[in-house]
Amino acid sequence: MRSNPADFELIAPGTLQGVMSILADQPREWLPIAGGTDVMVQYTAGSLASRKLISIWNLPELRGIEVSSEEIRVGAGCTYTELREHSVVAKEFPLLARAAAWTGGIANQNRGTLGGNIVNASPAGDSLPALLAYDAELILVSVRGERRVPYVGFHTGYKKMKLEPDELIRSICLGRRFSRYLHYGRKVGAREAQAIAKVCIAGVGRVHGGVMDDVRIALGSVAPVPLRLVEVERMVQGRSVDRELLQLARDATGSAIQPVDDIRSTAKYREAVSGNLVAEFLEQLREHTVTS
Amino acid sequence: MTNTSGSRGKCEIAFTVNQKPETVRVYPMERLLDVLRQELGLTGTKEGCGEGECGSCSVLMNGRLVNSCLIPALHAAGANLTTIEGVARDTQWSALQAAFLECGGAQCGICTPGMILASCQVLATKPKPTLDEIREGLSGNLCRCTGYMQIFDAVMKAAGRSRA
Repeated sequence: MRSNPADFELIAPGTLQGVMSILADQPREWLPIAGGTDVMVQYTAGSLASRKLISIWNLPELRGIEVSSEEIRVGAGCTYTELREHSVVAKEFPLLARAAAWTGGIANQNRGTLGGNIVNASPAGDSLPALLAYDAELILVSVRGERRVPYVGFHTGYKKMKLEPDELIRSICLGRRFSRYLHYGRKVGAREAQAIAKVCIAGVGRVHGGVMDDVRIALGSVAPVPLRLVEVERMVQGRSVDRELLQLARDATGSAIQPVDDIRSTAKYREAVSGNLVAEFLEQLREHTVTS
Repeated sequence: MTNTSGSRGKCEIAFTVNQKPETVRVYPMERLLDVLRQELGLTGTKEGCGEGECGSCSVLMNGRLVNSCLIPALHAAGANLTTIEGVARDTQWSALQAAFLECGGAQCGICTPGMILASCQVLATKPKPTLDEIREGLSGNLCRCTGYMQIFDAVMKAAGRSRA
């Protein structure tokens, strides 16, 4: 049943410090809301657990993309539109720019934020495999200070993550070291805009002397969390791409994922597509050898 | 957009709609869609799915397309809003609206206000859009009548191009 707005509170302290103090004083009481593209859907459906919301939309401290020679720091409050429009993101992190373009339609891209996509913790979040492939790190902030953690391992189970009740994601850090890498990304869904992925992949890697090096592959919608295929990465390290390796990689992908039947697809389809996508990525990596 | 009172109940929210300043007294979590329709009588903005999938409730907020069903009223504080009622100039259709009429871009009409506002955003960012750019710009707006071609024709026509 639809929620009654009279039953809900929404406050907007207007500064990061103001929000953090309230989260520290009353832990687990307040649900942060940024662009609202997930929270408002649950609210309207009457399934939002929290009755007290605290706005982090437009907080200056969470906005913008800082670029240094080593890395870029994407403010957690950056929208998909801002990601798409940023020249360094488009050039050096094309998988993230493309994932931003795949998420929802233009209206949702104008409101949905990268931090929100992480904290919403859907295994189908379009941007999350890209963050895994680029080895992103998160800066988490609370009144106790800041800490920097790798994004891989941040999600520990379906909708579970290593974020303390008084913490917010402040920024997402991406090292600027992928200029000579192949960037491979695909979303397999009913359509690109709006539809949520059946399977989504992001892969980066390079080839040195005919063998694969520093390959990272991540899949969405095939497990309770966005998944790095660590076993496949280890298997292909230092090898050249041939038929036998492609088959081994398909098999290892099948063993690593835990796909389910749901309204969007079936476990069987997801397993077949995941194997095909990993194989396609590795084949493109082989071609990359010739051109680089 | 500062409100630290933390008290339940209604609050006063001021914004500009179609260049007219408005102040409403509403619950902060009321949906902008409901505020526009019920408080201000601007019923041109339609509700379709109510979950950000169909684009019927599209409005421009500070020049950006948003789904008004996903905007809590408090987030509209201080904003500059444009609804379908603000697209026509006085009693004149805008070029876009005229093109929708001429090309058969509207049938049942439920998606049309959202389609027009999404098209406004396309033309504001790309005055001479390609067909692909129009398709992408309207990809969050669903129409169950036209099959979309007449709508794309209308945006092309408004931009002074023809689809063929």
